[in-house]
Order: sequence, then C-alpha cells, then structure tokens
Amino acid sequence: MIDPAIETLEIDLLQKAIADRYGYDFSNYSPASFKRRVVAYVKKSGHTRISDLIPPLLHDRNLFRSFLYAVSVTVTEMFRDPQVYKILREKVIPVLKTYPSIKVWHAGCATGEEAYSSAILFAEEGLADRVQIYATDINEESLHIASEGIYPIEKIKEYTQNYQQSGGRGSFSDYYHARYEAVIMNQDLRKRLTFSSHNLVSDGSFGAMHLIFCRNVLIYFDETLQNRALNLFSQSLVPKGFLCLGTKESLLFSTVKDRFRIIAEREKCFQLK
Amino acid sequence: MTKQGVQTYSTVVIGGSAGGREALIELLAQLPENFPAAIAVVLHLHPHSDAADMARTLQKHSRLPLQEAAEKERLRPGQVYLAPANYHLLLESDGRFALTIDAKVNYSRPSIDVLFETAAEAIQKKLIGVLLSGASSDGAEGLMRIKALGGYTLVQDPATASSSMMPGAAISRGGIDQILPPAEIGRSLLQLVGGKN
Repeated sequence: MIDPAIETLEIDLLQKAIADRYGYDFSNYSPASFKRRVVAYVKKSGHTRISDLIPPLLHDRNLFRSFLYAVSVTVTEMFRDPQVYKILREKVIPVLKTYPSIKVWHAGCATGEEAYSSAILFAEEGLADRVQIYATDINEESLHIASEGIYPIEKIKEYTQNYQQSGGRGSFSDYYHARYEAVIMNQDLRKRLTFSSHNLVSDGSFGAMHLIFCRNVLIYFDETLQNRALNLFSQSLVPKGFLCLGTKESLLFSTVKDRFRIIAEREKCFQLK
Repeated sequence: MTKQGVQTYSTVVIGGSAGGREALIELLAQLPENFPAAIAVVLHLHPHSDAADMARTLQKHSRLPLQEAAEKERLRPGQVYLAPANYHLLLESDGRFALTIDAKVNYSRPSIDVLFETAAEAIQKKLIGVLLSGASSDGAEGLMRIKALGGYTLVQDPATASSSMMPGAAISRGGIDQILPPAEIGRSLLQLVGGKN
C-alpha cells in the first residue's frame, strides 16, 4: 500500500530535481492532476515509485523530453467550445477589423489545434493578410506537431461538427488535405502561424497583442501561478485588447479582475479596460 | 473500521452513468437540508451538455442545494456539486476542487475513477464513496482506492439498477461495505455522517 503522504514528498523531491537540473518549475501546478500524470508516467515507464524517476531523469536529457511531453497537457481540439468562436465573430472580430495589423497569441497552445482554428476564423473574416498568430507552449514535442500541422484523420468528423457550430462560413474540408490516415492543414493557414517555446511560469511578456487565447491552461495552475499568467496577459495586451479563457476558468478571483470588463460571461471573453 | 456513525465523514463522492441520474434523484430525496457532509457527483454526460442545467433539473428533487463544481472552489458541507461536462473533476488535499481536460479515463471525461481516486487521497478516512447504475466499469478502481485509504464504500444493488454493469464491476472487485437500493443508500449516508432526519 502506497502512502499518499510519502508520495507527496516524492513529488516535491522530483520537482526540485527537475527545477535544479532543467529549469522547469512545476511547484505551482495544481497538485492532484500533476501527480496523476506523473504516476501514469511511472507506470508506463515500468517503475514502481515516483522517486524511481529521479536518477534517470537527472542523467538523461532525452528521457526528460519524453517526461515533459507526458506531464504537460496535450489534449485539445479544433474549434473547442464552438460557441466561443461564434462570440469572437460577433463581438471581437468587428473591433479587431479596425486595426491595420492584428497580433494574436495562443498561450499554452499544446499541439496547435486552436491556433489553426483561429487562423481559419481570421481567414473567413477577410483578415488573413493582416493577422499574425503566435502560438507558444513549454513542450517542444507539442510545438513540433503543431508546426507540422498534421492531425489524425479520425478527429476530422468531430472538428467538422465543431466548425459548423462555430458559425463557419465555408466547408471545413477546404482547410486541409487528407493523406492516408492523416490530414495536413493548408499552407496558407500555416504561414500565418508562428510556433515558439514560452513558459508561463518563468518567461516574460509578449508585446502588443490584440487578442490572447489561454484556454484550459490556468486550470492546471495554483492561484499564485494563475495570477502570474494573468498579469503577464494584461501587460502583453494593447489597451482594449481581448483575452479568451477556458469556459470553466475565471478572472473573478484573480488580482487582475478590475483591469478587465466582461464581453461574454459563459464564453469567458474579456476586454482590457 | 470504527462502528457506523462513530467515525465522522466529511465528504461523499458519488458516481453514476446510464440510469445513474434516476438513482441519484432517489438517493438525494432522502437527505435533509441539514445534511452535514459535502457531496461531489460525477455523472457521465454528453460533452456538450451543461451540468448547471442538470443541477437546476435535479434541484426539484433535492432539499440540498445543487450546483456545478467550479475550479478552486472549496467544498462546503450540505452542498451538492456536479462535475462539469467534458472536464475531469478532482479533489485537492486542501479541500478544493480542480478541473482538467486530460485524456478520457475509462472512455469518460468526467471519469468517476478520477474523482474517487483523488478524493480518496485527499480525504482518506473521512470519505464515503457511492457507485450507482451504469453501463461502464468506471468507478470500480476508485472505490478500491477509497476502501484502501480507510474510507467507506456503498454500491447500488445491481438488481435495482437500470444498468447493472457498473455496480457489478465494483462488487466483483470486493471490499464493498454495503450493497443497497438508492433510497436506502441515502438513509445509510445519513446514519454514517450523523445527520438528524
């Protein structure tokens, strides 16, 4: 029988080892979900205890890369929460159209599905030539997948439904080419996207953004780290810039709540005052 | 294990799938408004459904207030929380909820095992786990974890469940304290947490 108190100690030691060796600090991640992902990795890699991971991770950088991929969140989908994209079309895009050039940041983009979704949205709104989309994550493996723009074909049915519900104006199949078991996103979408490494725990602000997406990332952080990230976003937005969070995330209890006004309550779209 | 009613239980976690909603209604109908424990519920829902709507529907059958669980929210006694659709619901050891969009567990998000296992570790001996009707094996592993960490386990009598697979899967693993119809589970909870009817 494994004692949860000892496991908590093992997690602390593992986090310290990783922070000192590789500079990734997970100490402000929500503990229960972080532990679940670590325990799943322990089982998958044939170890018994969490602390068994420490020696191999300290000595093997490649192993650390696979660990980082396993413990960071890589679940996402195209046009996740279609209603959010509808709100963007109705309430946010009309404002963004008034700018000569538009900068968008997807913070914590995982494998890039939502970044491609916003590229499609901007293309349909006639803003393809004016928009530059920056998508960042801590996870190099995810960023690699994102920049390739290749996704499993079995997801396409769900994505097509999401696209239609989001108020899509064309046919979703216009935006990819199917090849065997995979689809590759169109080149003209991919050239609007820049994928790069950024850590919300330790890195600084990203300048003069008009719209920031950070959806279902903050739920993995404790309040200290949530506030850090939200402060970073408020510093990275132009005045009157927009922030879009996950539908179960909130600004209400954060230190930045007075800096934003609500654009859409359920869809968690906010505007910097 | 101490005698029933002597140990103080602070939290009840409930899981259900097909037929679980109806069983939950019967169970909640037994609980008085001064029920002194917090209740967190995972029902398997369609990913695009709304747990807040479900809470409003179930409210007609419950004296206890129901709401959708929010991330970082602290559990309060006498309150029933429903897991949001398409998110896993977890319990932290500081007594607050967490949500994730991690991969499905047992083909489900929310997964009953995810709530049960994290609650078992967070609450340990003060936790009661209840598994209701469902056509899945989600929850069986979580109930074992609750039992192993000193909590109390109840399963709906499969003969009363519209889908007996989920209760059956848990019972076959062993370590279940009581197997009862939903209304009796409700009455048993009341005895266990020491609330007055």
